[in-house]
Amino acid sequence: MFLSNIETIPGKTITASHGVVSGSTVRAKHVGRDIMAGLKNIVGGELRGYTELLNESRDQAIERMKAQAQQMGANAIVNVRFSTSSVAVGAAEIYVYGTAVTVA
Amino acid sequence: MEALFPFLPLLVWVVPIVLGFVFGQINDKRHYRSIHAREQAWLHLPVTASRYPLLPGKVARSELVGGSVVVSVDYFKRAAAGLRSIVGGPVKSYESLLDRAKREAVLRLKESCPGAHEIVNLRLETASLSKNARGGIGAVEVFAFATAIYMVEPGAA
Repeated sequence: MFLSNIETIPGKTITASHGVVSGSTVRAKHVGRDIMAGLKNIVGGELRGYTELLNESRDQAIERMKAQAQQMGANAIVNVRFSTSSVAVGAAEIYVYGTAVTVA
Repeated sequence: MEALFPFLPLLVWVVPIVLGFVFGQINDKRHYRSIHAREQAWLHLPVTASRYPLLPGKVARSELVGGSVVVSVDYFKRAAAGLRSIVGGPVKSYESLLDRAKREAVLRLKESCPGAHEIVNLRLETASLSKNARGGIGAVEVFAFATAIYMVEPGAA
């Protein structure tokens, strides 16, 4: 499965378009990480636990999007975009969407 | 000891601010040093916001790449920003936070594809996390994503 965030897959030609595909996850962080993050908030700096958490969620969202594209018979997704929003205190939604296409 | 009790609420404010000031400054400086060194080391890999590859030649393959970071501002800077919001004007403490986060995210993106020849269509996305009760920023997540281009023979065309 080829993915890109530009209109084409460089070096390939799009032969068919299948429409928009998307994947999303909503994840909550666990208490241990939250306490650590609370402490880190005093001195500032990277919150590694959150970085990992969001990366995992993003990977999962991408997997879901890929599965949907596969079901449509596509072999590539172009113009992939991400969006993140915190829906509630302690939970974030990761949404990824793109256009499923067949390339040759 | 008992004489300290009236000052206890004050200490609860002062201690995090002092800790935040000292460690926050150290963290800030260390992070900037690391960013400068790594930016120098990665100069050979161009990143552009252009939507098409700029390098001449045939493209072997491409892939979607990303890099992200979550950073929080220290307690002192948050307090300073709170004071700043009374009179308005530039909020220096958040400027440096967002600058560091964006540069770090782009560096991580570059580090995730060391063999690429060019990175196109860079997009940066900022999300504010852990909004606390007072509505401060707390922490921000910056996610950088782009398409990495691998050429068949770089430079030949």
